[in-house]
Amino acid sequence: MKKKYSIFSLARNAIGHHENWWRAWRSPEPKKKYDVVIIGGGGHGLSTAYYLAKEHGMRNIAVLEKAWIGGGNTGRNTTIIRSNYLWTASAGIYELGLKLWEDITHEVNFNMMLSQRGVLNLGHNLQDMRTIERRVNANRLNGVDGVVLNAQQVKEKVPIINISETNTRFPVLGASFQPRGGIARHDALAWGMARACDEYGIDVIQQCEVTGIRRENGRVVGVETTRGYIETGKIGAVTSGNSGVIASMADLRLPIESHPLQALVSEPIKPVIDTVVMSGAVHVYISQSDKGELVIGAGIDKYNGYGHKGSLHVIEEQLAALVELYPIVSRLRLLRHWAGCVDTCPDASPLVTKTPVQGLYFNCGWGTGGWKSTLGSGWCFAHTIANDEPHPLNEAYSLKRFETGAVIDEHGAAGVAH
Amino acid sequence: MLYIKCPWCGWRDESEFGYGGEAHIKRPEDPDALSDAEWADYLFMRTNPRGSHRERWVHTAGCRRWFNAIRDTQTYEFKAFYKMGEEPPGGEQ
Amino acid sequence: MSQPHRLQTGGRIDRDRPLRFTFNGRTLQGYAGDTLASALLANGEHLVGRSFKLHRPRGIMGAGAECPNSIVQVGSGNATLPNLRATQTELYDGMEVRSVNCWPSVKFDLSAVNQLFAPLMPAGFYYKTFMWPKSFWHNIYEPRIRKAAGFGKAPDGPDPDRYDKHNAHCDLLVVGAGPAGLAAALEAGRRGARVILCDEQNELGGSLLASRAFLDGEPAMSWVDRVVGELAAMDEVTLLPRTTAFGHYHHGFVSLLERVTDHLGPTSPDERPRQRQWRVRARQVVLATGAIERPLVFSNNDRPGIMPASAVSTYINRYSVTPGTRAVVFTNNDSAYQTALDLADHGVEVAALIDVRPEIEGVLADRVRKEEIDVLPGMAVVDTTGGQRVSGVRVMRLNTRGDSVYGEGRTIECDLVATSGGWNPVIHLHSHPGGGMCYDHDIASFVPDQPVANTLNAGACSGNFSLDGCITEGFSAGATAAAASGFGSDDIEGEAPATARVREAPMRPLWRVPTRRTVTRSPKQFVDVQNDQTSADIFLAAREGYASIEHIKRYTAMGFGTDQGKLGNINGAGIAAEALGEDIAAIGTTTFRPAYTPVTIGALAGRDFGPERFHAVRKTAMHVWHEQQGALFENVGDWKRPWYYPQAGETMRQSLDREVRATRQSLGVLDASTLGKIDVRGPDAAEFLNRVYTNGWKKLEVGRCRYGIMLGEDGMVMDDGVSARLAEDHYHMTTTTGGAARVLAWLEEWLQTEWPELRVYLTSTTDQWAAISLAGPNSRKVVEQICEGIDFSGEAFPFMTWRAGKAAGIPARVFRISFSGELGFEINVPANYGQHVWDAVWEAGQPYGITPYGTETMHILRAEKGFIIAGQDTDGSVNPMDLGMHGLLSKYKDYLGRRSLSRSDAVREDREQFVGLVTVDDPAEIIPEGAQLTDDPNANQAPKPVPLAGYVTSSYYSATLGHSIALAMVKRGRERMDEIVHAPQADGRVIKCRITSPVFYDPKGERQNV
Repeated sequence: MKKKYSIFSLARNAIGHHENWWRAWRSPEPKKKYDVVIIGGGGHGLSTAYYLAKEHGMRNIAVLEKAWIGGGNTGRNTTIIRSNYLWTASAGIYELGLKLWEDITHEVNFNMMLSQRGVLNLGHNLQDMRTIERRVNANRLNGVDGVVLNAQQVKEKVPIINISETNTRFPVLGASFQPRGGIARHDALAWGMARACDEYGIDVIQQCEVTGIRRENGRVVGVETTRGYIETGKIGAVTSGNSGVIASMADLRLPIESHPLQALVSEPIKPVIDTVVMSGAVHVYISQSDKGELVIGAGIDKYNGYGHKGSLHVIEEQLAALVELYPIVSRLRLLRHWAGCVDTCPDASPLVTKTPVQGLYFNCGWGTGGWKSTLGSGWCFAHTIANDEPHPLNEAYSLKRFETGAVIDEHGAAGVAH
Repeated sequence: MLYIKCPWCGWRDESEFGYGGEAHIKRPEDPDALSDAEWADYLFMRTNPRGSHRERWVHTAGCRRWFNAIRDTQTYEFKAFYKMGEEPPGGEQ
Repeated sequence: MSQPHRLQTGGRIDRDRPLRFTFNGRTLQGYAGDTLASALLANGEHLVGRSFKLHRPRGIMGAGAECPNSIVQVGSGNATLPNLRATQTELYDGMEVRSVNCWPSVKFDLSAVNQLFAPLMPAGFYYKTFMWPKSFWHNIYEPRIRKAAGFGKAPDGPDPDRYDKHNAHCDLLVVGAGPAGLAAALEAGRRGARVILCDEQNELGGSLLASRAFLDGEPAMSWVDRVVGELAAMDEVTLLPRTTAFGHYHHGFVSLLERVTDHLGPTSPDERPRQRQWRVRARQVVLATGAIERPLVFSNNDRPGIMPASAVSTYINRYSVTPGTRAVVFTNNDSAYQTALDLADHGVEVAALIDVRPEIEGVLADRVRKEEIDVLPGMAVVDTTGGQRVSGVRVMRLNTRGDSVYGEGRTIECDLVATSGGWNPVIHLHSHPGGGMCYDHDIASFVPDQPVANTLNAGACSGNFSLDGCITEGFSAGATAAAASGFGSDDIEGEAPATARVREAPMRPLWRVPTRRTVTRSPKQFVDVQNDQTSADIFLAAREGYASIEHIKRYTAMGFGTDQGKLGNINGAGIAAEALGEDIAAIGTTTFRPAYTPVTIGALAGRDFGPERFHAVRKTAMHVWHEQQGALFENVGDWKRPWYYPQAGETMRQSLDREVRATRQSLGVLDASTLGKIDVRGPDAAEFLNRVYTNGWKKLEVGRCRYGIMLGEDGMVMDDGVSARLAEDHYHMTTTTGGAARVLAWLEEWLQTEWPELRVYLTSTTDQWAAISLAGPNSRKVVEQICEGIDFSGEAFPFMTWRAGKAAGIPARVFRISFSGELGFEINVPANYGQHVWDAVWEAGQPYGITPYGTETMHILRAEKGFIIAGQDTDGSVNPMDLGMHGLLSKYKDYLGRRSLSRSDAVREDREQFVGLVTVDDPAEIIPEGAQLTDDPNANQAPKPVPLAGYVTSSYYSATLGHSIALAMVKRGRERMDEIVHAPQADGRVIKCRITSPVFYDPKGERQNV
């Protein structure tokens, strides 16, 4: 890293009144031709470009972003990180992602503020607890950390939670707990990875919207953009919330529906919750940001929608669930609610895949769980693009699985209902 | 909270309705005649357009009837509501 | 208890109703009609808190929703309210108020030491540091950052208050009861339209509450009183003061928060809810949300005593409070001249009126000069002095380009600075549902552009700031909206009151006062005072390439505060434009999101929580009986089901063993009412079942029952159950308890959307029938005793048939079915007679030691027989072949999911298959449900990931067999009978298991025919 960030560079620049800071990344004009074009400057796209450079020695890469980097789901999610998924295939890719998270701050010299404060997934009935046992046992044998807690142990970790058996509709019976789970700063990922890409000479090009995919003889030859035509033999589409639109440019249909996913924050208050708690059955999840806001989310809105807007009753339902579980939040106030647009697959697992079009690759369908896997997804997708073959870790996440039936049903572990 | 016109009951809040995804996906008459890829296309592949979308709704908390609607997935404006079996207004898209 | 800054007369406070309150322990006094902020100012208290990062002194700044500073903690214990904005908090007697984010006190805050390190804390500094040494982030840095986070403190217990929701429909919702909103409501109300008029303030009137303008020759509030009086008398008009429209959603849906009792005390004093959420569906929405004055940005502009000019006027005119004794007014437009007059007319010395415009003309300027106020054209405040209160301003000359200041500086002493940088229309509610905006150069701000369907903007929120303009636009919007709802025409019928038109001189946009040295080397120019975000931060962000306004917001934290940037964001956009060398019109703003002002979470939750209200509770007709028997209950779907019936001194295991043995040896009784029941009727009912079940149904005779499984179109098992043919065209279908609603919805979907030609009708009858399931060798004796009209002999009433008759005198359907493997009868009677028949069964069963059993014993009994429970032994990824149910897959017809069963993954040979397990070393050890299975006995120690051989779905101790049993899905399980697999446990133990058939008991099925 040529221009390293540290307390020393901060101090040095403080003396210079911060007038000598360099750009975190360039703002280049698009070149005529790239070896790889990544469509989408979110966390997944930038990570893909980064690992193409770092792991596969490629340099002539462009990341095209129609607006500003990190402005899609990267900048809208509730920042939860974990890898405690049920199936072995999922454990592989999500655990790779978590391991990469644990090192990325130092690897790219940008503080992603990974806070491994642990993640609890609550169980509220006997079947929930069976599922939790099954998942935690699978996790342990797959090398993913986790334990099963009883209600009292949950209460010790989360003093504000209501574990009464009589004063709740669905009492807390226990939880899975993944200590290495937690949260990280969403914007930092986009910016840190853009800066790391830039170091490798990758062109991160904002305000450049892809409007068409040019193909010849069944393979891609370039992209049409709002800033002109760009020649390339390989396109990686990483456009969560837009995958169907990009796919249609290549006359493809995907097993994807795009839905609004809402989230909200409370006003900042002094710390009340020291971990991340998710509940599928009472259907809300919560953590507290380093600024003091409670960050709250739940499931998707039921209808297809690209509008980055959802319906208020969805928020009302999750706040009722929140009061049910944490009675002290009732007098706190909602500050802001918003929505992203997530691409959901029928089996709640993603696509990191080749397509019938030669040289066109898709990474999408992460549903509500894309954030945690950003780096693992980028790493695997880079491998897939560089080698024109999936890595064993993402082999299962092909389009082909919908033909063979080898789907990876993670509805139970996705934490929220799709 | 969308406002939805059930063709039988009239205007009601979204919370009374269930959503059924893309409309006019016909179950194949003879599934055995389909390749795995064709079957997967019927089962899973969706148009998922940004813009005008023909979709199915059901008045779960009302008459329990299914019906179709055309809605813009960007603005969420409904363009039409029509009963099952009726041709979509504006013809084929 | 004096209020030294209170004027003797005037204002909208009630001097006859003094209110006492405490501020940081000191007792002060205000009046009814005060906000907390005006009461504090009346007592000379400007300093209320500390800023987020640098802990700089923060005073009351605004007078309403826009104030970023006046954040306090009100009340204590479980009724405390954190982060209240003093400017929007109505004073009540006994209010307890404390400053936040300071220690030990607001006047002496140790964390103010942060200011010394300010040079090390520019925008985004945390991304660049706290990285070394690596372990320090988790152990030292982050915990400290988190400890410093937040403003107020959460309550320490559950909320003592209640909240209500109110759903309303109207022709016209008018948001904002200022001049435009009142006019709109009046115009529409007179036509008979149903109107809801809401306003966030405690009184209707909006800006007129603090105005000295005249309408029809009288003070403006006289007009307001007349209009409000007329509106209040209209049957179809609802007036909602203290009600904030916080979010505008789709299709005319607007959500309001009414503060019902917040002005009366810390909690509701009576039966009323503390707050009420209105969920309004409006045919037409008229937004009359006004405008917010933005301050000018200059160095050290954050000191207490520096306020927007309109806030100063509000405190004087509305609350009769003078926020200072010697004021400086600093402006770039005409509106602050009125503030100078308000000050002068109320005895506050105006030391100078500083106007960045080089030439000043107009009526207002003349009036100000007449007051002998020193007007300084072409000048700007470049810096201020002071500590916990502003003590003076430094003034210099501004060049014509507006990009530098020059000349001899001049210092003016003052304790109040009133600034105006122009006005920002409140376009939040226009923007929420997707309304566009554009930059208006005349007002140097953003105005609504692309309209939202059925929504109109009227008055200042559309960029029209003149009083007569607002009123005219209001009438016009009221007419248009009423006409669109079917009331009259677009032409205005009402007459606007006469008002003096003041022609204003053009403003001079100025996003920040230039500094003599570079912005980064000059004293801080605050843009977002709550977050200590400065113009230098914006320049730094731009320098580092954070070029989008969204990047700048996120990198600098501009507008992230509890005020959501109402004062600062447009200034920030202007400064960003300067830093990036672009036009502000191209920069735009960040997205406006609900809530307009923060909304109580409890109000959005309403009453939808707690054991009765969070989710529907379904109880069977015999529920009370189960309770009386001491049953423990299990939540299954919406239902409360008896789990088991412990007797005194029993462990759970002992109860279960007792229930199991009683059933196998004599007689058990289960409340089976919760099973889903669907009445399927119509000429094509048989064809319909044939399509949704995997097996054949057409040949099932009337009077017979059949077990069926349903698949999703993906071929995976979805649900199962027994259905009976009641008549040629009539079936009684049962489903799992948890799956009933889903199955009914699924069947309706196919029927209506895919097979409308089938003449079939579906009705849920789950709640109509009470189902009493008798199992055990003595069950026949009981049904024979209590039933009439049925021959219960084995020949006349064989297994898997049903008969109609009477049970305990009640018409009944009796099914001879068995989920336990024992001889069994299920009596279905109308639910209202459930307890009656249950009692009869109970009495008749006494000679046989009839024993009630719950879901757990039911699970054991069925597991001994190897029967699956869909949802426990299946998980959505199990197909019928995995379960060994090949025999249920018809080869002679199509059915839902069939095509998927021939896909390559469905016929893969190494799929997991349904088997039984027994433990090898300790036959009584129960394998935990959810255990994973491995072939490797040392899986706990082996390198991960370890290949998994399967997992345990169900596991019990079988009192019948005297050892534990388990059901499991194991790869190639059916080929591996008698082989060993291992269940490695988290505690290091490894349970050795032998694979068996899942049918542990009575494999030939003889017991159901005893």
